[in-house]
Amino acid sequence: MTMRRLINLKRVEARRIYLTYFIVIAAYVICQTMSSTKMMSSSMRGMLVPICAYMVMAVSLNLVVGISGELSLGHAGFMSVGAFSGVATAILLQNLIPFAPVRLAIAMISGAVFAALAGFLIGIPVLRLKGDYLAIVTLAFGEIIKSILNNFYLGVDSAGLHFSMLSDTTRLLPGGQLIIRGPMGISRIMKIATFPAGFILVMIALAIVFNLVNSRFGRGFMAIRDDRIAAESIGLDVTKFKLTAFVMSAALAGAAGCLFSLNYSTIVANKFDFNTSILILVFVVLGGQGNMLGSIIAAAALTILPEKLREFADYRMLLYAVILIMTMLITNNDNIKAFFQNIFPGSKAKIQKESDD
Amino acid sequence: MVFLNFFISGISLGSIYAIIALGYTMVYGIAKMLNFAHGDVIMVGAYVCFYAIARYNLPPVLGVLIAMLLCTFLGIIVERLAYKPLRQAPSLAVLITAIGVSYFLQNAALLLWSSNPKVFPSIIGRGAYKLFDGALSVSHVTVLTIVTCLVIMIVLSLFINKTRLGKAMRACSEDKSAAQLMGINVNATISLTFAIGSGLAAVAGALLCSAYPTLMPTTGSLPGIKAFTAAVFGGIGSIPGAFLGGLMLGVIEIFAKAYISSQLSDAVVFAVLIIVLLVKPAGLLGKQVTEKV
Repeated sequence: MTMRRLINLKRVEARRIYLTYFIVIAAYVICQTMSSTKMMSSSMRGMLVPICAYMVMAVSLNLVVGISGELSLGHAGFMSVGAFSGVATAILLQNLIPFAPVRLAIAMISGAVFAALAGFLIGIPVLRLKGDYLAIVTLAFGEIIKSILNNFYLGVDSAGLHFSMLSDTTRLLPGGQLIIRGPMGISRIMKIATFPAGFILVMIALAIVFNLVNSRFGRGFMAIRDDRIAAESIGLDVTKFKLTAFVMSAALAGAAGCLFSLNYSTIVANKFDFNTSILILVFVVLGGQGNMLGSIIAAAALTILPEKLREFADYRMLLYAVILIMTMLITNNDNIKAFFQNIFPGSKAKIQKESDD
Repeated sequence: MVFLNFFISGISLGSIYAIIALGYTMVYGIAKMLNFAHGDVIMVGAYVCFYAIARYNLPPVLGVLIAMLLCTFLGIIVERLAYKPLRQAPSLAVLITAIGVSYFLQNAALLLWSSNPKVFPSIIGRGAYKLFDGALSVSHVTVLTIVTCLVIMIVLSLFINKTRLGKAMRACSEDKSAAQLMGINVNATISLTFAIGSGLAAVAGALLCSAYPTLMPTTGSLPGIKAFTAAVFGGIGSIPGAFLGGLMLGVIEIFAKAYISSQLSDAVVFAVLIIVLLVKPAGLLGKQVTEKV
């Protein structure tokens, strides 16, 4: 299916998709080799799984922001739903499935399903709104999810699952285990997330998003983004299309959240706050809306950047902010763009061509 | 009486949100951008005020004035350096730049003033008025906050509706190119809007930290988000809307804390926002723009 569609695509688009896969695979092979031959510092090795999770987050948000054209400021909410449900699943299955990779896969699927459910429930009211109002409602839902998870208790004992809100009233039988402990989150997690698993998740996310974008659905998303009224007038069900993109994006974010948290021994709901949503939005905008390869590169670069700026010690986050502002100015201001084109005439033709599209 | 007490503290908190929301809504109305750095201007204003009062022992009124002056400059400089070059850029690019400015201000504050929380001295003292034989106690800060908010609201409405500059601002928010053709200096008007918004943010910072006296580099971010919510709640771009939205948000938050659950109060606030937007998609007082085909 995929192959036939790729061959049928316009050549430029197909080339871009193959290039994306190729770069991801090449980067994986290089990182894996460096990591196994101890050429990579341990701090970098520790960042491999989070980078994969952020890549998937960026690709999934790009589906909503870039392809579907809706600004979402609450993407971290879906990440946390996926993280909590996925990790809880992994803990519940600990004795049942001793083989870690299978447990990880099931946990990620469970995280994706729960996040998709959340995306569906949130999407129905949210997608009635437009523009900045839609953005603020996604922000509100992100904060609500955080508040609820901060006050959620889940325990398991021989009688089954128990949950409660606000305070721990699960009353577990002796031998029971409290898994989610409100503001304390989940602790003593077995770190079963691995770099190969992260790589596979990135590839799956890319395959899903590319397939969706180059299908009837993708053309529908873009038609609605470019002109909602025209799209409606030719009979596109706007809500259905938007909801599809939203739910798919939430599901991928859920799987990424699960992968992310299974890389740490403790997770709390406050980790997935507004700032995390914004961080992912920055990856998308910096990488280029609708450009999946850009999202992936931006996610990797901006996760590594603070680490590489460590030699500037206290100034690193300040520099990070300056780099962010400068990048936005350079890529979006015509005068500054022209200035750089005069310095590097080689890039002129390329930029000219892009702006013609 | 308990109810009335909660109501007054709600109005007081709401007044602070309203002052911050005015800044958001004015900038949105004119520049059509969500200025996420606004919350951090509040924090800068509060720090300047703190140093003026606590370190240099200046009278509180002077401290607030200095903070307003510096924040006004800060607003103009930020606008000139970061937002003005992006006038023609897509709105998401401007949004990300605003987030960059927000990071910058927070981390600059972290370097300048360290992350240790500072105890903010009240700008008016910690006394309270006792009413009904002490059954109702209203602190001086509460009264000052509500009065300040009312004064700002009235002065700002007069300014926008009665002066030439106010008229220019309204014209720019309706149609920038038409305003330019009529001889209005659009860039100067936008700078003026940022200046007023940032000056108000400094006042909000001083009031916020008098009521909740812990000052940190991240002090401004949550009130900033809440005030942004308040602005949308009332209909973003509308000045009476920001006022109403701010007050309602404050009252809802305090009531949710008192009667539902203090841990879930934020969730309740945001849930009310969502319900309001579903019923009135352009906010309480926002203009419902009909789309032309």
